[in-house]
Amino acid sequence: MANQLEPAMWSGMLAIIKRDIVIAFRQRGDMVNPLFFFIMVIALFPLGMGPEPGTLQKIAPGVIWIAALLSTLLSVDSLFRQDFDDGALELTLMSPQPLFVLAFGKVLAHWLVTALPLICVAPVLGVMMFMDVNTIKVTLYSLLLGTPVLSMISAIGAALTVGLHKGGVLVAVIALPLYIPVLIFGTSAVEAAAMGHPFAGQLAYLAAFLILAFTFAPFAIATGLRISVNG
Amino acid sequence: MTAPLLQVEQLECERDDRVLIKNLSFELYNGEILQVEGANGSGKTTLLRVLCGLSDEFQGELTWCGRPRRRVEADFRRQTLYCGHLTGIKMALSPRENLRWILQVKGVSAADAPAQPSLDQALHDVGLGGFEDVPVYTLSAGQKRRVALARLLVEPARLWVLDEPFTAIDRHGVAELEGLIQGHAAKGGSVLITSHHALELNGLRSLQLGLGRGAWQIN
Repeated sequence: MANQLEPAMWSGMLAIIKRDIVIAFRQRGDMVNPLFFFIMVIALFPLGMGPEPGTLQKIAPGVIWIAALLSTLLSVDSLFRQDFDDGALELTLMSPQPLFVLAFGKVLAHWLVTALPLICVAPVLGVMMFMDVNTIKVTLYSLLLGTPVLSMISAIGAALTVGLHKGGVLVAVIALPLYIPVLIFGTSAVEAAAMGHPFAGQLAYLAAFLILAFTFAPFAIATGLRISVNG
Repeated sequence: MTAPLLQVEQLECERDDRVLIKNLSFELYNGEILQVEGANGSGKTTLLRVLCGLSDEFQGELTWCGRPRRRVEADFRRQTLYCGHLTGIKMALSPRENLRWILQVKGVSAADAPAQPSLDQALHDVGLGGFEDVPVYTLSAGQKRRVALARLLVEPARLWVLDEPFTAIDRHGVAELEGLIQGHAAKGGSVLITSHHALELNGLRSLQLGLGRGAWQIN
């Protein structure tokens, strides 16, 4: 019986990922807003701080990471909102397939359409902040490992608050404290690389957070969704 | 005697400190249709959500095919089709894409349902022929509802739980839907339905809610 169920289980997750990506490409606002926010925030720093390469280089890791973090937070409120409002969430909950797998697919799709474009433009913004090639590379690694963790964490908050009609600030309050370790290790990896120090340790910590988030967050998200739909 | 498909014992539901249903017990056997009636706010939707497992704010026993429902949750969900007020139809997708993801999320593969008509055939049958590929937001309210009702044709399930399925459906569509429900019951399926319409169905039982203080009556 278990063997028979497996392909269907993945088919449900893949169906959700595919559906959400198709929807995102048809309603581009949800996809473009976080990206635009990310670019704007970083582009404003040289204007506000003055264009000296030394200053910009020094603040670049922090700026890029904080901008990525805030744009994740900005986009996460829409993660379950539409599904909640149109009833698709109820259908997902009524699926015989394990909800945590489907929820995982949902967050993964969200990461693909909101965080991945942002990682793709990060090198350009890195050049603008006078980062060298090696540092930009490490920035990419740290964002690739760190942003899925941020998505997973904020999805827990979004799942818990989707039933409330004004959940926006609450998600930030729930998720921000949990973002902090990711931010610390993410920026510290980039700073270490910029100064020519070894950075593998910080990246390993980020990878550990990623595994932890992928293992446990889907269960928390699934439970949060059940509670929200219950009310 | 086979066990009833769904058995409800001593069910009690409250909402915002208001007792909606008290000591509700009934059985739903294969081939039975039960219409839940009652005024607005009498707890029809709450009851259906509790029976489907979308809400666990209740006390009492729910039994599915003779076993406690929480033990056979996956089997229960596989055999149940729930169509609520919110249909879960995505506005940006076409009717065909909508049906496809609903089936995939439910884990229905083509092999599971060889006797089911194809998605296009189902959409044609509910009067959406020619609209398979347009985004759902361009359709009228009644047509959107029909997309959701096309699920009844393609999704294999023993129990249909339909919450106000006639909303926005024209008179002709109501007759067709009644035919579908009757056909499902004739094939041994069961239906739980809320509606303010007087349904013209054979063997229809009705459950009257909202008679005050959680009282109810079954005919």
